[in-house]
Amino acid sequence: MPKLDNAAGEPRVDLGKYNFERDELPELADLKELSAEDRSRLLMAGIDAGELQRSGTYLHINHSKAHCRSCRKDVEVMDTREALEKYDGLPEYYWQAVDKDKDEFTRAAAENIHGGYFIRTKKGARIKDPVQSCLFIKGENIGQNVHNIVVVEEDSELHIITGCTTSADISSAMHLGISEIYIKKGGKLTFTMVHNWGEEVMVRPRTVALVEENGVFASNYILLKKVRSVQSYPAVFLNGRGAVARFNSILVAPKGSHINSGNKIVLNAPETKGEIISRTITTGGTIIAPGIIEGNAVPAKGHLECKGLILSDGIIHAIPELKGTIAGVELSHEAAVGKIAQEEIEYLMARGMDEDQATSTIVRGFMNVDIMGLPDKLRKSIEKTIEETEKDMF
Amino acid sequence: MLKIQDLHVKVGGIEVLKGINLEIEQGETFILFGPNGSGKTSLLMTLMGFSGYEIIQGRIYFKDRDITETPTYERARMGIGMSFQRPPTIHGLKTRDMVRLCAGDREVDVEELAEKVNLTNFLDRDINSGFSGGEIKRSEILQLMAQNPSLVLFDEPESGVDLENMALIGKTARAILDGPQEPDNSASLKELQSQYRTSGLIITHTGYILDYINADRGQVLYNGILCCTARPRDILDHISKFGYKECVRCLN
Ligand SMILES: Nc1ncnc2c1ncn2[C@@H]1O[C@H](COP(=O)(O)OP(=O)(O)OP(=O)(O)O)[C@@H](O)[C@H]1O
Ligand SMILES: [Mg+2]
Repeated sequence: MPKLDNAAGEPRVDLGKYNFERDELPELADLKELSAEDRSRLLMAGIDAGELQRSGTYLHINHSKAHCRSCRKDVEVMDTREALEKYDGLPEYYWQAVDKDKDEFTRAAAENIHGGYFIRTKKGARIKDPVQSCLFIKGENIGQNVHNIVVVEEDSELHIITGCTTSADISSAMHLGISEIYIKKGGKLTFTMVHNWGEEVMVRPRTVALVEENGVFASNYILLKKVRSVQSYPAVFLNGRGAVARFNSILVAPKGSHINSGNKIVLNAPETKGEIISRTITTGGTIIAPGIIEGNAVPAKGHLECKGLILSDGIIHAIPELKGTIAGVELSHEAAVGKIAQEEIEYLMARGMDEDQATSTIVRGFMNVDIMGLPDKLRKSIEKTIEETEKDMF
Repeated sequence: MLKIQDLHVKVGGIEVLKGINLEIEQGETFILFGPNGSGKTSLLMTLMGFSGYEIIQGRIYFKDRDITETPTYERARMGIGMSFQRPPTIHGLKTRDMVRLCAGDREVDVEELAEKVNLTNFLDRDINSGFSGGEIKRSEILQLMAQNPSLVLFDEPESGVDLENMALIGKTARAILDGPQEPDNSASLKELQSQYRTSGLIITHTGYILDYINADRGQVLYNGILCCTARPRDILDHISKFGYKECVRCLN
């Protein structure tokens, strides 16, 4: 089971330290009203202030919604608080996937909700451009509670880009985020999350996705910059025949970062498939990368791949787990923690690259985001961040 | 171009090269024969300067510079290019980008080069990932074309290659060795070409490559020692008729 609570050296959160009091900020009519500096922080987290090639936007600053709109009739984007009002408390979805009493963070989030996004597609809608959301913290020691609900209705398709970030002058803050994701029959969700926190920020998301027959959940998680502590363990339950889940993550832990980030896939129906791929790099920080695939039906297939590079003294603790409860499940894993193979460095040196160039070429390949299938602009922005991150690596 | 003097090399604690002396002129192609395990690959790896090949005696000169201690990347930048027998896969590094990296600061038309070795469909694949034996050969040649070396080290260009692709590899190898221009009869161009001609050190067991290139000279590496200088064709004939043991005895 999740090794979340007893992870060695994991920073403890003192919820009392942070300000969770709601102070409503004025709404922005346009994201361009943000300062240039804030906009560039948003951009690094995948959020386009011009809202170009976006089907909708939800921006949350500190304790409240700051901007929210949908550009299409076939996708609803609103503040969760408003959705709760409009839809009689969303009894089918609100606290239906995540257990309210799971831990102190879920309880805190349940007590005092600040909002969050509610995104729902129309049945059969193919929403080509992503809906973007940004959970933004501006202010020292702000505590943010958001509750996100995503409903992908039958046979519809959606890409959500969610960027979580702090303004450039903030170092300490706390983010609590509940996300409940419902993918109906034949629905498809790509969920790309880019984290870009301040150096002392504590992050405690709690995410569960439920997937019905032939639904697809593809999750991408990118964390490249220093953060005090992340503890995250999204779980997906493939409850309908033919459902598929994929987790891809790229995590970098500089000195001072403690990242405890894993994934869980439960194969509860025949013909389901799950894949967890993580690439982790430490340049001095700690990464704990648990991953579990559980097979409870047949035929079902799961594969877990966990690769870690220790570039300078730091810790990578990969914990791949497989659990089969029925004859005929096919689960496998592949894990490697270590250094760059000398053979690869020498191959590139034989083509004229010096050792540093060779190393950074290999590391860039290791962090390659191609498999995530991101929109061009986002991919380029992430590649640029990777390049910048690399400069601090060697 | 290349001059090896009394080279002794240890691999894994064992001396595998025991006093190699060899000179290769500008534009000359030298063919190296020798039974399995005789040290041929080790010689190429040592020339490229890889770790694990410990020079215990002797010197290597390239373009009149002592490169015995020179790091691999500088040798590559000076103009030594090597085709690997079993290159590693580098995940996330596209073949297209690898080829561009090989070219260094020079501009190359990657698509056009790839077309020559029938690899345009491979440009977006990770380098060497799942490549078959013959595909690796073509990809190595593609990288060499981009690198444009003045000395090519080629380890068994024909191993694992089907007949059709052998012709492709043979012709491309020849093009690399001949330098950039198309053949022409004007004397001045010929002169120019000989200036640009690339030198080669090619290892072969089968000799198929000899059908495509002009090889001037060959030798047999036997137990870490070079012997039997002759025309490559004659060496090949002797080996196929009498085997290595007899060949070493009779040609010596
Ligand atoms: N890393 C190593 N550790 C120990 N011995 C090695 C190592 N690499 C090569 N050798 C040994 O050195 C000797 C020469 O090997 P080398 O690969 O140079 O032979 P070769 O002439 O290229 O053979 P082939 O025709 O089979 O390719 C062999 O006996 C081989 O086993
Ligand atoms: Mg060999």
